[in-house]
Amino acid sequence: MLNQLTISDLATKLARREVSAREAMQSCLDQIARVDGKIHAFISHDAPDALVQAEAADKLLAQNIRDPSRPLLGVPIAVKDVLAVKGQPLNCGSKILGKFISPYDATTVEKLKAAGAIVFGRLNMDEFAMGSSTENSAFGITRNPWDTTRIPGGSSGGSAAAVAADECLAALGTDTGGSIRQPAALCGCVGLKPTYGRVSRYGLVAFASSLDQIGTFTKDVRDAATMLGVIAGHDPRDSTSVPQLVPDYSAGLTGNVTGLKLGLPKEYLIGGLDAEVKAAVDAAVKQFEKFGAEIVEISLPHTDYAIATYYIVATAEASANLARFDGIRYGARVEGHDPVELYSKTRGAGFGAEVKRRIILGTYVLSSGYYDAYYLRAQKVRTLIRNDFLKAFEKVDAIVTPTSPTAAFKIGEKSDDPLQMYLSDIFTISCNLAGICGISVPCGFTQNPKLPIGLQLLGKPFGEETLLKIAHAYEMNTTWHIQKPVI
Amino acid sequence: MAAPEIDIKYVAHLARLHLTPDEEKKLGEQLGGILGYIEKLKELDVTGVEPTAHAVPMVNVTRADEIRASLPHDDALRNAPAKANGLFMVPKIVE
Repeated sequence: MLNQLTISDLATKLARREVSAREAMQSCLDQIARVDGKIHAFISHDAPDALVQAEAADKLLAQNIRDPSRPLLGVPIAVKDVLAVKGQPLNCGSKILGKFISPYDATTVEKLKAAGAIVFGRLNMDEFAMGSSTENSAFGITRNPWDTTRIPGGSSGGSAAAVAADECLAALGTDTGGSIRQPAALCGCVGLKPTYGRVSRYGLVAFASSLDQIGTFTKDVRDAATMLGVIAGHDPRDSTSVPQLVPDYSAGLTGNVTGLKLGLPKEYLIGGLDAEVKAAVDAAVKQFEKFGAEIVEISLPHTDYAIATYYIVATAEASANLARFDGIRYGARVEGHDPVELYSKTRGAGFGAEVKRRIILGTYVLSSGYYDAYYLRAQKVRTLIRNDFLKAFEKVDAIVTPTSPTAAFKIGEKSDDPLQMYLSDIFTISCNLAGICGISVPCGFTQNPKLPIGLQLLGKPFGEETLLKIAHAYEMNTTWHIQKPVI
Repeated sequence: MAAPEIDIKYVAHLARLHLTPDEEKKLGEQLGGILGYIEKLKELDVTGVEPTAHAVPMVNVTRADEIRASLPHDDALRNAPAKANGLFMVPKIVE
């Protein structure tokens, strides 16, 4: 089945003309028809448009020109509903955008298209990327392909579930505090969050501008390297993107980690860490030792303050970013007698509970009299957290941790307790505050029920090459990533 | 540490966000818990620590001062909930 292939396997078959892009696309559409009623990874998808793109790719493939600038020619890739795709709906999992249609492509989407990809579908997510379970979408919940009574993680839950359920070959998501790595871990796929500034955010609807980064969901690490090579790079339209050369990530996948130093942060052995998750991560660490990597105990002393810092910085930035949704220039509107009433009613009717919670919290921590006590203090603690990592990276090449303290939890289990939900992000959140890169790869399963476990590797700023090399070396010697859920 | 009292009505007004009485009550309780947790940052001594606004700071990013195409007028208006005469329509602001 073509929908089950990795990007590299499909690209090989397409280049040899063994299969067509249309067949590959159709195979994804068939899988969506078969399983998405149960999973609900997609909010919508335009099948005729996807097939038109596939036929265009087939025309180029028929010319039989090996074009290295089109590594994704004919590959079906789906997109989280927070990225603009020209002519397609953009809702951010919210009611407030109404019938919004994107007037332009996000830079990442433009790059995928230029690389030949078939860009299709709108993947479900927590509203405005706020959540860890994809239960906060105005378009309904997404379910975990390994157990449909459980959450897929979030906020990019649709992206993770779609890749895990073979509804597409790869997907784009976004990661502000773990929103790529955590769902990738809980659904059993590879999730890559690049360094802040590595990938342009132009055309991404902002949640927390100093933390947001676009990344990838793929079936293996090689595909993550291919995808990052396509979407990375400086973009004059995003002033926070960094003008640094994009290395050949695929060429770096040598399988050799001999002599590399991996750090184990002692602060990550927390009380809430599930025994099976801990055992799987411990086993992975032993394997790295066997491959010739050196394991070093390190300390990230401010770990315990990361969640509190994050929920000040992220909500403050969100309260400012989401001010633009006021019913004037786009989206749904509830009329009022004056502009203030119109704004308030529009926003009251358009935003869901979690978004309201974070706007209120963010507005509060920025409000007069509280700014120094909360926001400024959090920015200073952010410096301490970042320094922890920079100090650790003087000694090690990457840091190894679990991605999530537990496997996928039940739908509804944490939805009434926002603080408990926030605490489940403990291992992923610091990475965004520090602006470094991270990846989650499958490293095992729980026994009963069988649920994926994710291993997180954290790398130096702009250290994706090393990070991918280490992740790939692990994957070459394990089979977790090729196991498929029964749907 | 005790969480500070949060005046939900006032903050909601600042955020231009209409809340129902039920939402005000529920949010007040939940935010009390979250703010109580956030209080732990006060344990740390941050004297002399510089704040981090961006992990990868870039300063004075400018583009060449050249005329270039922008979003076409019709495209910019296409998603407007109300428009007239090529403009966004809003309620009366000045009597």
